[in-house]
Amino acid sequence: MVENRPFLNLLSHLVLIVGVVIVAFPVYVAIIASTRGPNDFMSGIIPLLPGPHTLENYREVLFAGVSTSGAPPIGPMMLNSLVMALTIAIGKIAISLLSAFAIVYFRFPFRQLAFWAIFITLMLPVEVRIVPTFKVVADLHLLDSYAGLSIPLIASATATFLFRQFFLTVPDELAEAARVDGAGPMKFFRDILLPLSRTNIAALFVILFIYGWNQYLWPLMITTKPEYYTIVMAIKRMADVADAIPRWNVVMATVVLAMLPPVLVVVLMQRLFVKGLIESEK
Amino acid sequence: MSAINIRNVRKSYGSVEVIHGVSIDIADGEFIVIVGPSGCGKSTLLRMVAGLETITSGEIEIGGRVVNRLEPRERDIAMVFQNYALYPHMTVYDNMAYGLKIAGLSKADIKTRVAKAAEMLQLTPYLDRKPRALSGGQRQRVAMGRALVRDPAAFLLDEPLSNLDAKLRVQMRLEIKQLQRSVGTTALYVTHDQVEAMTLADRLVVMHDGVAEQIDTPMAVYSRPATTYVAGFIGSPAMNMLPAESAGNRGLTLTNGAVVKPRGTRLPEAGRKVILGVRPEHLVLVAPGNADLELDVIAIETLGADTLAHGKLPGAANGDGDLVARLPGSVSVKPGDRLPLAIGPGMAHLFDAGTGARLEEVDLTVDAPTTRTRKKTAAEA
Amino acid sequence: MQNKRTIFGNRVLPYWLLLPQLAITFIFFLWPAAQAVRQSFLREDPFGLKTSFVWFQNYERLFADPLYLNSLKVTAVFALGVAALSLVTALVLALAVERTVRTSRAYTTLLVWPYAVAPAVVGIMWWFLFNPTIGILPYVLSMVGYRWNHVVSHTDAMILVIIAASWKQISYNFLFFLAGLSAIPHSLIEAAAIDGAGPAKRFFTIVFPMLSPTTFFLLVVNIVYAMFDTFGVIHATTEGGPAQATNILVYKVFEDGFIGLNLGSSAAQSVVLMIIVIALTVIQFRWIERRVQY
Repeated sequence: MVENRPFLNLLSHLVLIVGVVIVAFPVYVAIIASTRGPNDFMSGIIPLLPGPHTLENYREVLFAGVSTSGAPPIGPMMLNSLVMALTIAIGKIAISLLSAFAIVYFRFPFRQLAFWAIFITLMLPVEVRIVPTFKVVADLHLLDSYAGLSIPLIASATATFLFRQFFLTVPDELAEAARVDGAGPMKFFRDILLPLSRTNIAALFVILFIYGWNQYLWPLMITTKPEYYTIVMAIKRMADVADAIPRWNVVMATVVLAMLPPVLVVVLMQRLFVKGLIESEK
Repeated sequence: MSAINIRNVRKSYGSVEVIHGVSIDIADGEFIVIVGPSGCGKSTLLRMVAGLETITSGEIEIGGRVVNRLEPRERDIAMVFQNYALYPHMTVYDNMAYGLKIAGLSKADIKTRVAKAAEMLQLTPYLDRKPRALSGGQRQRVAMGRALVRDPAAFLLDEPLSNLDAKLRVQMRLEIKQLQRSVGTTALYVTHDQVEAMTLADRLVVMHDGVAEQIDTPMAVYSRPATTYVAGFIGSPAMNMLPAESAGNRGLTLTNGAVVKPRGTRLPEAGRKVILGVRPEHLVLVAPGNADLELDVIAIETLGADTLAHGKLPGAANGDGDLVARLPGSVSVKPGDRLPLAIGPGMAHLFDAGTGARLEEVDLTVDAPTTRTRKKTAAEA
Repeated sequence: MQNKRTIFGNRVLPYWLLLPQLAITFIFFLWPAAQAVRQSFLREDPFGLKTSFVWFQNYERLFADPLYLNSLKVTAVFALGVAALSLVTALVLALAVERTVRTSRAYTTLLVWPYAVAPAVVGIMWWFLFNPTIGILPYVLSMVGYRWNHVVSHTDAMILVIIAASWKQISYNFLFFLAGLSAIPHSLIEAAAIDGAGPAKRFFTIVFPMLSPTTFFLLVVNIVYAMFDTFGVIHATTEGGPAQATNILVYKVFEDGFIGLNLGSSAAQSVVLMIIVIALTVIQFRWIERRVQY
């Protein structure tokens, strides 16, 4: 702010308040809907004030499943989502740390080739290789399994590059000091490099947890059994049913539950989240 | 504690050779300083001793054992880095203990050793701190401590003081010297700072362009520099270098036509092109009749104890006959003065104009033909 | 490629370190991609008994198919719509936050969390808000005389998915614009102010030009996002309808290949998508390289 312009300041706040309201409005409506009874959505318009059915709605979706549509309970699906998100985040970080370490701290034939092979994954999102990837997963008997949900997604060019970039900024002398101290490569990796990467790992974890939790197309493709459904992919099925029998209260309870964990992660770890987001694009 | 022998060591990166066969024999407990400008290969040489660079050819022996193929940890050395390379996430204690832990020492043993080193370096109150909570001098000490606890065959120090401010550097210089004396461990110390080199070294290695130009005690390097390079590098302000031609027994003809006959110096045969080197502190202000040479003062630097008179030989072409004299602070001179100066007896240094090598020891008669050829080339040019 | 001075001498270890990453890359990325390319030149007979090599026939058919051409057009409209809407909104918000020094952190927190919401979830929320019978927004629109119905109207459906996809992306763009704004040297703005430039003039002559690298980068990222990461939005809401109006390329390739099992066509579509991603990635990296040289 260069000069004092009360009008502009006021306008800024106004713009921001409108922005915050627009951003929050759909979620507010979803939360309100999740507190109402089923009859509130038969006609008229969506209610904008909370109702008394919060507990029973959430209890129903979490543990009982939506009886009218035969949808399974959401609780176990959230667990599936959690398992998937954690495996993907930890897996990506682990294998990317190792590959970045190899690429930065060793010289070996085909190093460049390995680098480019990893780079290419950036250009091959699931969406462009749907059918053949599905076939590979099916051939490996990974359909309807936690391994199938997570392993094919844990290759990561972004994470590898981030760690490579970071390792390049670690002073050479640290590795030399460690060598003089008698540390071999893996000891150096574990005792020096890993502790130094803590912040980067945490920042990346936030981003990757969100990435894993929000997977949609992938679980949709490779799960057919309800016990492997994730919450994000299940919402669609519930909403389809809700269109016929308007049970928006339970759909919206599911929506709230589906976004709660990743949103909490972002809000509670905002600094790490921003760091992770901006660094991983460099 | 052990001797280090470096024998005809060479280093090449691809087809570029950066160290051209250096040999140094370091006695047990000796403090050797390798000094030279950046890029002269001094750090590379040290890193080859440490095992952080491969040795292209030649041999390095530590304690009678050829270490060419050994990993750093197998060489029984400790190293202090320019930026200290302290592990930022470990406490001072852990930094010092890390190498001992890897070596598999018992907890109690590690504790005693670290405590002892910390005591010597006055680090005891800081053992639980992380490096970033320490001052520059304290970090430097931790780096020293990390080397000390290992009780190695040799300390290798790579410009360990260059990240400190001037005052602290002087203090740490003294401390390092005392420390090395008291533990008696062989030390190989790399620096670009000639004062550091002179004050620390038992013996000095002056390196230039991948060659060890001279290996000798600091005083010998100062008083009998082996080459014009060493002569110019050691001493401040740098030694005056005047191109001259020998006129036999009459003296040396300078570029401005003046003839100088330094006392107590053997003069080469007539016609030989030489460089006459005189340190500024060896030029004495004398009565006009007794002058060896004259200096037209251009600028004066008053240092208090001394006064530096910058100028040139009367009538010398630009850049060819520049001269500095270090005069007592009490002498009053001003730009424009012409100072009559004498060279202290035996204080003139003569170097071959072609090779830059010191002339004193050279057998002049044998060397003569080469000189003549060179003279011809110079005349053609 | 940048190198370290110090390296470890081990010869076999680096391969072990790279093995997990490369194995997954090869099995789940490179191999399937190669299969897609191969498949795009083949055609199976209706009974799946015989496969023949048909050169570019799958591609020729694809680009002669009005449904595919429609999908290309729909994708372009959708991607540009999302990029424009989310970029402009995010820029306005970022500029506003820049002015509010003391409260900027609070506003930032309130604006960034939609990044964490899954596209499918976002889709459902807006689907609900725009529900033609009970939705709030159609009710508001009916008061100004517009009868909203995304089940029937192509335009309404497109607007719905654009709004939903943009809503999620605003937080991302906002953070990058904020980073870009804070990277502009303050002295520059002050110099302009001393030269007599008011806020609006300063924005158009200094701030916006200085932001142009960020804007360009975000434009590419947003197009990639709209083309490839919005599958959930479409699938959870319009399912490409009504009458193909929101059938973007990634949805179509899923439908044709995974649901419709039209392997040749879907493989050709995959290859076209690959070419698009590769082109966009190259543009993006060119930009990053240039930025590094500043």
